Amino acid sequence: MARLPSEFSDLEPYAERWCLPTEAQRYACRLASSMDDMQSFYDATFPRAEAAKAYLDAFPLDALPDDATNLLHLLYSLIMVSFPIECWKQPHVPDAGAAYLDLVGEPRP
Amino acid sequence: MVTQYVKPEAGSWTAAYPELGTGPISYEDSISPEFYELEREAIFRRTWLNVGRVEQVPKAGSYFTKELAVCGTSIVVVRGQDNTIRAFHNMCRHRGNKLVWTDYPNEEVQGVCRQFTCKYHGWRYALDGELTFIQQEQEFFDLDKADYPLVEIALDVWEGFIFVNLERNPAQGLAEFLGDMGAGLAGYPFGELTQVFTYRAEVGSNWKLFIDAFQEFYHAPVLHLKQHPPVVGIPSMEAGFEGIHYELHGPHRMVSTSGGRVDLAPAEYVKPIDTRFRSGLFGPWDRPEGGTGALAPGMNPAGHPQWGLDSFQFFPNFVLLTWEPGWYLTYHYWPLSVDRHLFEGRLYFRPPKNASERLAQELAAVTFKEFALQDGNTLEATQTMLQSRVVTEFPLCDQEVLCRHLHLVAQQYVDAYGRVGKDI
Repeated sequence: MARLPSEFSDLEPYAERWCLPTEAQRYACRLASSMDDMQSFYDATFPRAEAAKAYLDAFPLDALPDDATNLLHLLYSLIMVSFPIECWKQPHVPDAGAAYLDLVGEPRP
Repeated sequence: MVTQYVKPEAGSWTAAYPELGTGPISYEDSISPEFYELEREAIFRRTWLNVGRVEQVPKAGSYFTKELAVCGTSIVVVRGQDNTIRAFHNMCRHRGNKLVWTDYPNEEVQGVCRQFTCKYHGWRYALDGELTFIQQEQEFFDLDKADYPLVEIALDVWEGFIFVNLERNPAQGLAEFLGDMGAGLAGYPFGELTQVFTYRAEVGSNWKLFIDAFQEFYHAPVLHLKQHPPVVGIPSMEAGFEGIHYELHGPHRMVSTSGGRVDLAPAEYVKPIDTRFRSGLFGPWDRPEGGTGALAPGMNPAGHPQWGLDSFQFFPNFVLLTWEPGWYLTYHYWPLSVDRHLFEGRLYFRPPKNASERLAQELAAVTFKEFALQDGNTLEATQTMLQSRVVTEFPLCDQEVLCRHLHLVAQQYVDAYGRVGKDI
């Protein structure tokens, strides 16, 4: 069954891995992903971000249908992989091996 | 390097406050277990500590607990039926059990209740702390419930921020303690920025070292070099950092810095993700109407057109960062031991009107974490080397004037407490 709105069926191959509701899940997924995986997700999703924003903006934020919520979560994941892709060429923040910072309270959606 | 911003007539920010001196400073105050124990008494048990915001207790019966390990206690903050917010030591008067907790006694909790009931023997307390019920009261000996209320703690509210003071009769009121710097932030629309991201980490350093890390930006172009496209990062490292303005206010201090209008910069200077989601380190680019700029008289005290950010450091452990695009950040540093503390960072935005605004906030929050991880990672390394005492004196530059001030103030509080102790 499709997770994303039909207009974004081209992103469906990335939905299972990257439609994650919490920052903790997205951060863990990034650390568990190869740069190749993240590059292909980024390359597919980044050009679609503008259309996805326009699609989502048509709904009230507190009443998104489930498939639109998944699309929003996919865009959160795009943001999550952006520093590795655009800056560091590695999943980890450089020079921050031992540090952690947990997001213990986050807005929904 | 060319000086961009005008320094005080004294010649430097540091010289403008002669009590700071300009010599090397010691970090013994960050590695000495004895000094840490003195700080607990002299500072944390005797100053106003911010423990939350009024939005956390929206209606009668709303409560939250706060673990104050540095003060050796846990507290519960609750809004009463009379709408007054009170704080109590989180302790039953019967046999001393912690009163409010769920499965794990050391985990902070929040909720809504009509009264507090102790898990141990069922003693009950009203929201104003009055003991209202004793299980098998007839078994006790001449016990008057009026003699056993919860132990109340001094509490006051400033601009929606809830402060407590563990001193029985605080020597200073909250407004007096926050002084000019607090007064200058009056009127900032804190209560309208209710979209919150809360970050937390235990960090292996003295609490003052992380405050130091975030109260100077001299490190920023170097430590965070790799967070920018090379076309930005390398020139900005070569240029270095200069604060627009520094001020000390009693035990408190602030710095104003410039902010890049990234949305006006050439595309190659901006990360593609920032352009796509119109956000980044300095927050969302699309500013809410009427909600940007210096929203309180104490912001951008130099009145500088390039101003982008103020960092207000309230002694001992509460920091407010107000950003030109109309949002703010708080930091809290809660000591756990001489070489360990709990760091809390919170980002506050206006509630988003649509997904685009929400995504801009997400990018700002993710960016905050990427930078903070680099800041946090240096601290344990600094702590362990300081503890080696191979080197015991460290030169601080003019852009680190606030670090110099924090360590001086901590020493002054400890010294003043020592004098009072001897008088008694």
